[in-house]
Amino acid sequence: MDSLQSYLVIAAILFSMGIYGVTTRKNAVAILMGIELILNSANINFIAFNRFGGMTNLDGHVFSIFVIVLAAAEAAVALAIVINLFKNVGTVDVNEADLLQG
Amino acid sequence: MAENLFLIIAALVIASAFWVVFSPNLIHSAVSLLFTLFGTAGLYIFLYADFIAATQVVIYVGGILILIIFGVMLTNRIDTPSIAASSKNQFIGGMGAFTICALQIGVIFNTPWHIGAEQSRETTVSNIGNLLLNEYLLPFEIVSILLLAALMGAALLSRRT
Repeated sequence: MDSLQSYLVIAAILFSMGIYGVTTRKNAVAILMGIELILNSANINFIAFNRFGGMTNLDGHVFSIFVIVLAAAEAAVALAIVINLFKNVGTVDVNEADLLQG
Repeated sequence: MAENLFLIIAALVIASAFWVVFSPNLIHSAVSLLFTLFGTAGLYIFLYADFIAATQVVIYVGGILILIIFGVMLTNRIDTPSIAASSKNQFIGGMGAFTICALQIGVIFNTPWHIGAEQSRETTVSNIGNLLLNEYLLPFEIVSILLLAALMGAALLSRRT
């Protein structure tokens, strides 16, 4: 059970769940949750390849730290944008956010 | 014992991720995301990544998830009893996601992966610190400036003018 493939399959399922959430949800915050799922699945892949790929040092761990930092920055900026959208339009439905549409 | 624990954690991660994207209530999605993130930290512990597991709990659960719950609370009317999260194009999205999942699983089981020697089970903190401050010093500095700029930009964007 504790093999490379089992971790990769878990990450693949998480990734496709995230893709489903990003493509079907209408609420902007729910889309953010899907993006977090996708970033988590990428992190699982990094750590799994670092553990099973016969690497002598911990490059995969450093990469996943960078991914976590970028996820934090992305969540902060995206939520600021969503809150501003709610203040200006009164909704966070991404279908209603068509101010830039001519 | 460890096998059963691994199966339980994997089932927890997948089931709660399923509920994150399918729950009709946005608060339920956010709480379900909590279990996904904790389960992912458990998977990191199975992969001998103790520092990443602790970072996952501290930053994702303690930071990003709280931020997302604040986002849910601040962008919905308080008087609506259940904060609804409707979905659209479920059939097309589901087919696309299922196709991606099937493709990935097919590739995973048909690729002859290079499996190296067993890693030693020792603490990873000092090795990660050495890597971050020697080999990855420039990316480390760039990512810290990026995080500072992003947080300042977020504070500037969301302040009341």
